[in-house]
Amino acid sequence: MKQLVFTIRSNEPLNDQNHLLKVAPSDNTPLPLMLPGQFVQILVENAPHTFLRRPISINNHDPEKNEIWLLVQVVGEGTRKICEMKCGDQLNMLLPLGNSFTIPSAPGHFLLVGGGVGTAPMHFLGKILKENGFTCDFLLGGTSEMNILQRSEFEQIGTLYCTTEDGSLGEKGFVTHHSLLQNKVYDFIYSCGPKPMMVAVARYAKERGIGCEVSLENLMACGFGACLCCVEKTTRGNVCACTEGPVFDINELRWLD
Amino acid sequence: MTLRNPVMTASGTFGYGTEYTDFMELGRIGGVFVKGTTLEPRQGNDYPRMAETPSGMLNAVGLQNKGVDYFVEQIYPVIKEYDTHMIVNVSGSTVEDYVACSERLAALEKIPAIELNISCPNVKEGGMAFGTSCVSAAQVTKAVRKVYPGTLIVKLSPNVTDIAEIARYVEAEGADAVSLVNTFLGMAIDAESRRPKLSTITGGLSGPCIKPIALRMVWQVYHAVSIPVIGMGGICSWQDAIEFILAGATAIQVGTCNFVDPSVSVKIVEGIDSYLQRHQIDSVNDLVGAMETL
Repeated sequence: MKQLVFTIRSNEPLNDQNHLLKVAPSDNTPLPLMLPGQFVQILVENAPHTFLRRPISINNHDPEKNEIWLLVQVVGEGTRKICEMKCGDQLNMLLPLGNSFTIPSAPGHFLLVGGGVGTAPMHFLGKILKENGFTCDFLLGGTSEMNILQRSEFEQIGTLYCTTEDGSLGEKGFVTHHSLLQNKVYDFIYSCGPKPMMVAVARYAKERGIGCEVSLENLMACGFGACLCCVEKTTRGNVCACTEGPVFDINELRWLD
Repeated sequence: MTLRNPVMTASGTFGYGTEYTDFMELGRIGGVFVKGTTLEPRQGNDYPRMAETPSGMLNAVGLQNKGVDYFVEQIYPVIKEYDTHMIVNVSGSTVEDYVACSERLAALEKIPAIELNISCPNVKEGGMAFGTSCVSAAQVTKAVRKVYPGTLIVKLSPNVTDIAEIARYVEAEGADAVSLVNTFLGMAIDAESRRPKLSTITGGLSGPCIKPIALRMVWQVYHAVSIPVIGMGGICSWQDAIEFILAGATAIQVGTCNFVDPSVSVKIVEGIDSYLQRHQIDSVNDLVGAMETL
């Protein structure tokens, strides 16, 4: 883990709520190894009501450009300030934080399910899976077409399937209702998004005996295991989602008890 | 116990120090107060345990820890090598718990002090209950004093009418120092869902928002007792630290701000050093309680 100052190279609005920030260390320090599922903690300056850092998952790590991508959704004052930052502005971040998704050891069919801004780590994971020789399908859900983010990036990595609540893109409904889940058999499922979606994905996987990892977004203060606020109940008791997670095997969680 | 400098880190905000070694050198600060330790393991409270507030946060962790035996066997062998004072914060539900836990810690050569936490607002029994009455604060201090020969610090609750009176009682029973303040009891409600933001409804408020009240309490206690006062409550900068020292704190603890800037304690050490040079003051001890009159 490091505390580093980054310079914003670009800040692109993807829709009215989400921005893609590409950032690089201001002093060109080579970035440490970063794994899919890990996150950063961003210091929000000049925002009087925002005291704590904002945890944001890593959307992509480009070692050649020494750059990382952060997909930020405007939720409150803190994330709004981050999204308002301009090229050349600086961001103080702690990184890389947390554990990571498990990279498979044998070939198979892999499904990456994302909902809302939870699609962010699925992009980084898909890229690493592809680099390791695995093919994967993406199943992304959102309220409408404009909320399915980074479609062209996903299409470059694997096959993209979508659901929208209003039917404006892909099948109408929630991701767990997509026909793909009835027609194709997967060996492993990864998921990140709203908790009700991940619970439904976990139930689907468990009922079929498919391995499944989910990435949690529990509220946290520090992000590195000191405050003990982001705990998740697991088969091992209360554990910090920031250090023991954010990625958990669904069999460790107590969601389906 | 002699400190390298007056800057330490507060219990519950700094883990066992291990969590911070990527971000700073522990050898640069005066001491680390490790997380609250109890006789038996505790799972803590349910999630959600945290809510951000303007210039601060509420927490309801509830003393999650693996118990004193685990501390002695698994944690102590690691942290005894750290180049700073490692002080253990002790909590309990009964006087007997505090005594048994303190006895175990008394046997550890590299733990020079303990901090009796009679002020945790997040547990149903014990904790703050001991710190809100003069009689029970005195009772637990007296009982631990009998079994603990090292430096005994008592951490006071601000959730009282007269914190100076509690300080006088624990001083009379043999406390070597008092530390204050623990968190203020508070709460937050989500307006949309109408639900409390913490699983326990109420929790402890910390961060810069409590600093003026904490500073006032440190000043009051400084004038009430003869033992050293360790001040804390929202300290985020060297200026904050100097304010507490001028109000009467011999040393200070940095708490919630560690979450925001994990190296802030070292920055405070450096800031105090340059302040002393700039004002040509030989020792920070000369500043303790040195607030001028208007």
